[in-house]
Amino acid sequence: MKPADFEYVRPSSVLEAVEALAASPDDAKILAGGQSLVPMMNFRLATPALLVDINRIPELDVVEARDGGIVIGAATRQADVEASALVLQHCPLLAEGLGHVGHPQLRTRGTVVGSLVHADPAAETPAVALALGARVTVSGPGGARTIAAADFFETYFTTDVAPDEVATEVWFPSAPEGSGSAFVEIARRPGDFAMVGVAATLRVADGNIVSAAVAVSGMADRPVRLGGVEAALEGARSDVATFAAVAPTAADEEGLRPSDDVHATGAYRRTVLPVLVEQALTTAARRAAGTGERNGR
Amino acid sequence: MSRKHAIQVQVNGEVHDALVAPRLLLADLLREELDLTGTHLGCEHGVCGACTVLVDGRPVRACLMFAVQADGCDIQTVEGLARDTELHPVQQAFNDNHGMQCGFCTPGFLISTVALLEANPEPTEDEVLDMLGGHLCRCTGYQNIVASVRQAAVDLRREGSQA
Repeated sequence: MKPADFEYVRPSSVLEAVEALAASPDDAKILAGGQSLVPMMNFRLATPALLVDINRIPELDVVEARDGGIVIGAATRQADVEASALVLQHCPLLAEGLGHVGHPQLRTRGTVVGSLVHADPAAETPAVALALGARVTVSGPGGARTIAAADFFETYFTTDVAPDEVATEVWFPSAPEGSGSAFVEIARRPGDFAMVGVAATLRVADGNIVSAAVAVSGMADRPVRLGGVEAALEGARSDVATFAAVAPTAADEEGLRPSDDVHATGAYRRTVLPVLVEQALTTAARRAAGTGERNGR
Repeated sequence: MSRKHAIQVQVNGEVHDALVAPRLLLADLLREELDLTGTHLGCEHGVCGACTVLVDGRPVRACLMFAVQADGCDIQTVEGLARDTELHPVQQAFNDNHGMQCGFCTPGFLISTVALLEANPEPTEDEVLDMLGGHLCRCTGYQNIVASVRQAAVDLRREGSQA
């Protein structure tokens, strides 16, 4: 259980990283936190010829407020994002979701951007990114481009990032005034990959839902927005009766193709989904109402 | 064969120079090159936690980091915990509470407990369980490990207040 041989480079700028990738884009992998890539290499499920280690590129280690949201660099650790006062204030759903990612000992190395690019359909961070409308910036030989979360995730472990591109940062919009959010999931044990996860955010004014976003993990080959649930919520009262009425429709949403695997059957996932949706919406609404409870953790 | 890289690491306060292949895991550098076999390898894919060490003060899986990445880093392993012949308070607490049976997983538990109590001297029950959740023990049933961490927290706070 040792990785196969590979070459290693440690660029000190994004430009150098892009140049290193350009030399052999089909055989190279970016190494960020390595908490998903290195297990795959230890099992020899991944045998890249070259690792481009971006961990010591100073410009990629950043958490800052920008353009009405929060920017997180590709070398920034999940543990640092989770504990960031800026993130807790402006993007509490992200902090709450990160609390479910693996264990603390993995989040000291793992990165937010790495989780997005890895694109495990059971993972928390992609669902949070999709619910909030995050945007990922990538750099390649042709320069930089920005990809909306809705266009980012293609299928299992596959994103819109090209083999010769490196994801450099992700931007999450700040939670608007009067909003509340919640992340809930069900897993066999805390820290395991969840069978189903739900990321929800509500904006409420005068007790009415102004806008809603709900994204789920573990229900398809990528995270999925529940458009029908969102439409049914908008304009409705923000109360438990609404959530009890709307949540059961979650199981019938388009785009859900929950699979049978060692953790759970697809039928189980479809059954448990509405329960989690109702929990997430109820918690998000309570937080939006500002009853003294802080968003997130 | 890939090109080897010259690295320098500080392990338990001692500086080491090494020439490493990129594929060499940090855990194997410690065990095979530096003869620090207290860092145990269980699963080698980040699940069991036995290989956890402190890298620049934070608990990290030594099986999920390449030695070449540790260049310039300060590493602490279980061998660095005891002060001469006196056990570290966390080790003493595990001893007092029977927080181990076969002992294979223990180095990882000790390192994570040290990191937890350093960052958070008065952890809640949930915070203790959250940190210990990153480790597997097939012997103890965990109850005595949790008791060990509780005692260690008290002992370290008492030691801190006397210092």
